[in-house]
Amino acid sequence: MTNTNKRLSAVLEGGFWFFVMLVPMLLGYVALALVAGLAGIGLGLLLLPPTAAYLRWLADMRRRKVLAWRGIEIPRPYRPEPEFAGGFSGYWEKVKFHGLDPAFWRDGAWLVTDPVVGAFLAVLPMALVAEGLYGMVISALWTLFVDHGFNDWFGFVHVHRGNEGLRWAPAALGVLEIALGFAIAPKMLEWHARWSRVLLAPTPAQVEARMKHLTQTRADAVDTQAAELRRIERDLHDGAQARLVAMGMHLNAASQLLERDPAAAQKLLTEARDSSAKALSELRDLVRGIHPPVLADRGLVDAVRAVALDSPLDVQVHAEVPGRLDAPLESAAYFAVSEVLTNVAKHAHATHVWIDMRVAGGLLKISVSDDGIGGADMARGSGLRGIERRLATFDGILALSSPLGGPTVVTMELPCVSSSPKTSSSSGTA
Amino acid sequence: MRVVLAEDLFLLRDGMIRLLEAYGFEIAAAVGDGPALVEALVTERPDVAVVDVRMPPTFTDEGLRAVLEARQVVPGLPVLVLSQYVEQLYASELLADGAGAIGYLLKDRVFDSDSFVDAVRRVAGGGTVMDPEVISKLLARGARKEPLGALTDREREVLSLMAEGRSNAAIAERLVVTERAIAKHTSNIFMKLGLPESSDDNRRVLAVLAYLKA
Repeated sequence: MTNTNKRLSAVLEGGFWFFVMLVPMLLGYVALALVAGLAGIGLGLLLLPPTAAYLRWLADMRRRKVLAWRGIEIPRPYRPEPEFAGGFSGYWEKVKFHGLDPAFWRDGAWLVTDPVVGAFLAVLPMALVAEGLYGMVISALWTLFVDHGFNDWFGFVHVHRGNEGLRWAPAALGVLEIALGFAIAPKMLEWHARWSRVLLAPTPAQVEARMKHLTQTRADAVDTQAAELRRIERDLHDGAQARLVAMGMHLNAASQLLERDPAAAQKLLTEARDSSAKALSELRDLVRGIHPPVLADRGLVDAVRAVALDSPLDVQVHAEVPGRLDAPLESAAYFAVSEVLTNVAKHAHATHVWIDMRVAGGLLKISVSDDGIGGADMARGSGLRGIERRLATFDGILALSSPLGGPTVVTMELPCVSSSPKTSSSSGTA
Repeated sequence: MRVVLAEDLFLLRDGMIRLLEAYGFEIAAAVGDGPALVEALVTERPDVAVVDVRMPPTFTDEGLRAVLEARQVVPGLPVLVLSQYVEQLYASELLADGAGAIGYLLKDRVFDSDSFVDAVRRVAGGGTVMDPEVISKLLARGARKEPLGALTDREREVLSLMAEGRSNAAIAERLVVTERAIAKHTSNIFMKLGLPESSDDNRRVLAVLAYLKA
């Protein structure tokens, strides 16, 4: 794109923000005023969720366009929205969620101040260009204007009968204004974008909290990984490695006994073979603990189904998961589910378990419910804390509902991107 | 007896060919990946196939999927599947068509060549051979799940031996009872699992399938 084109499009962008977005922004302003004005009689609060959604739409539009046109990215500061129950109580939860989200009030502040600050920055170049054109029109049609009793100032030029000496001054001034408008347009629109970021991006406190979270979960992830490697090393050392040493010793002894005592040699050879079988079986278990074969072959859903088959409980798996997910995410979700299942088998005194997995709205949602005795407590080291910590590495969360007497429901959510669009939907009984 | 062999590791493939030939089998084809396996199974129509699960190009469950695909074209084609690990999920998938003539064993069972070759022959004869590891997992899981809860301990024992692919005579010998007693147990098992009257072979497969699905 040439320089002139760039400047022209910056001028037109200003026009878009002013003329196209004026009415939608005004509607948002009215909605916000209604929320505030009617809050006293409660009705305003009921209008809060749709207003929040509408402000979000406006703000998202600004974020998108600013990124596309100015190349300035404005991250979204909103908290992930939980799923609300139906009925009035669910709606009330929704009102509270949005009302207490600082991002909503910042959206509101942006909406109220943008017509002043934003419009000035965005519209100034376009206004200069428009007025410049107007000046040219005045000069071109001077006689027509003054003959009809036109009497006004254009800049320092008094446009009226008898001032013909300055007839071409408005055009000259107009050229200057247009040039100025084009000159400042890119800078002004960039400032406009930066201004948008002031209220529409997360606050420094939010960014700092995010960084703290990342630092913490990274430390946890490194710890977990180190512990895993130590466990694998120990398992290999005590298991397969020891078996191979025993095998070597048996084979050595057998070769010495081969001529003197063939029967004893035969016995040692059998023992060596048993050792190799045991080493293989231990290696198999180890591999299963690192990365289960079904998970590698088939992905999360079938891997969970395989765990369900191996469980002593009656486990039903229902899944709506499109294609394959990212491998690390699959692995995290798999180990979380299988650990929850182990927990249920150990502590819950349950006979039936229901596992539901689905991907919706960019989230992998997994719930594991059982008909056991309930009373599980995150605080009393039930292993759930560990699962929660490991999910946190993926920005995942875990929620537990376990009243005394049951039922217990463990819900997990992980943000996800599916790597293939193919959808497989199925359910099965184990 | 003609065999199609599928194994991507050259050393293992070579060893298996020698082993099978030593026991009088004829190798109709030896292939090293999934698509070639489907091709060989459908064109060669061997008496039995011995197939490794993990092969190129994806190194996941190629062999298993090739077997399922080939058996849709050639129903009941006898196949013995070998794997570094055994999964009940895969066992149920192999048995799901109810046609039998399926074996599913850990790779290291090949070490014991006599019983391995015996398993190949039983599969070729239409039998079902499940790895003891699959069976022991099922037993360890207990009998809480329906419909196996209705079976007595002895009947469950008979069923697990049936799943390993043993005949009534072999089971009788193993449990040191008469073959008549075993026949009584098996008919009780069929009845309790609600399996309809049909050929004994087919019902044995269905019983094992019910067992795996429990």
